[in-house]
Formats: sequence, structure tokens, C-alpha cells
Amino acid sequence: MTSVPPADLFDETALVERARAGDAAAFTELVEKYERKIYRLAKHITQNDEDAEDVLQETFLKAFSHLDTFAGQSKFYTWIVRIAVNEALMKLRKRKSDRTVSLDEPQDTGEETVTREIAVWDEDPEQKYSQEELRDILDSAVNSLKPSFRTVFVLRDIEELSTEETAEALGISVPAVKSRLLRARLQLREKLTRFFRRKGDDVFAYM
Amino acid sequence: MLTCKDFLNELGEFMDGTLDQELREKLQKHVSECPNCWVVLDTSQRTIKIYKGLEPQTIPPDIHARLMAAVSKKIEASKKA
Repeated sequence: MTSVPPADLFDETALVERARAGDAAAFTELVEKYERKIYRLAKHITQNDEDAEDVLQETFLKAFSHLDTFAGQSKFYTWIVRIAVNEALMKLRKRKSDRTVSLDEPQDTGEETVTREIAVWDEDPEQKYSQEELRDILDSAVNSLKPSFRTVFVLRDIEELSTEETAEALGISVPAVKSRLLRARLQLREKLTRFFRRKGDDVFAYM
Repeated sequence: MLTCKDFLNELGEFMDGTLDQELREKLQKHVSECPNCWVVLDTSQRTIKIYKGLEPQTIPPDIHARLMAAVSKKIEASKKA
């Protein structure tokens, strides 16, 4: 699962090589290519504008300083995402110095998945809302997830990293990525159901 | 026979298409016969699709400007070093 098509990846290898050789314009091009994604990622994880901007800057400054250590085995984007995730998690931990932001939570028992509400969605629920309203609904749903679920969901389903890349970026196991991702997806599905369900249908309990 | 709980447990990998064929077919059969699981599958897939389709918003111009200034400064400093 790649978010960058092969042709683009080929161009990018050359671009990264030029940046590594000290070509400032090449590095600037990489910054401009990925700044929006890194900023979005930083905002999703830190949930704070100021922290997100710090993370954005730190990510690219660190990337520049450590370009010589970028082995070229992973994609440049995956590499900077890993830097950004580390920076963002540090911010998050600093802001909430309690243990709730630890990514090493005990294994979930899966109990939360036992009861859920079921309702069919409208054919085209997105059409009921303006772009801005829809963004608010989607953002607040993601932001309501706990950090350990939220980071996995953001990396896998928004930034479209692979399961392995996500595990590597977060320093957790592949099974942990899979189980957190499923829980995050199910919780979001449930939150969105409140907005998108077909009117007139009863919501009923499941299992 | 697969239960709804079995289906839910495998839902993530089912949606990602990473299961072996035998299990996949069993789950497919279950979901075609169970309206509740069908709704969960359908709405979960649509949830993912909505998020994947989101384009990142443009960065506020002042944030972009400060980023580029910080990057330029860093590049300049490295040239002097």
C-alpha cells in the first residue's frame, strides 16, 4: 500500500539525492511537497495549533540535519512521518503528563466491541453537509479517540502508511497496530452513524 | 459456523484484504446472511473511504512563511559550518 505512485517515487529519489548533496532548492521542494500532510498529522496527534506548528518546523529541520542518515531504503515520506510522530508524541506527553497518552497500554480485552448500535446509513450522507461541516464532523470524531487509537488510525487510514510502517513509526507490534486500528475504525463508524444514519430507521443494539 | 463475534474480530483484516481465502469465504458467507454484520461492514468501509478521500487543507500562509524562513535559516547556517 503506497501513497506515492511509482513514477513519482522515482522522481523523488533523485530529488532526495540532490537534497542530500546539499541542493537547497531540492530540499525546499520536498518541504513544500509534504508540509500540508505533516501539518495535518501534527494537528491530529497534538490537537493543538501551536504544538502542531512546532512539530512541523522541528520535523523538517531535523530531517535536514539528518539527511545523511536517511538510508533511502524507506520512502522519504515514511522517514519524515516517523520524525513527525516522535515530535508530536513528545509534545503530547509534555502537555498531558499523565499516563493516559502512553502508547504502551495493556492489551485491550475487546469488551468494548460487544455492544454497538446498528443503523443503515443514507445513500450519500456526505451530501447533507457542506465541506466545512463535514470536515468538522470528521475531525471531531477522530479527535475524540484516545491517543493510542487516534495515532494508529491517522497513520493507517488518513496518511495511508502500511501496517508495518505504522508499527515501525510508533514502535509497537504489528498485531497491536491491527487491533487498535480495528477498534478505532469501529468507534469512528459509530460516531459517524449519529450523523449519517438513514432517517426513520430504528437504531438497534447488536450482539 | 462463524458467529457475529468471529466476524467482528476479523473485520479489520477482512476489509484490508489480508486474510487467507478460506477464512475470507467463510466471513463473506456470514456477512451475506447476517444483516447486522452487513451494516457494520458497509458503514465501516464507508468510514474509511471518507477519511481516505480527505485532502489535507492548505497550511495557513503565516505558518507556511515561518516554516520556510526556519528552513532557509537552517540551510544558510549549514553552508557556513
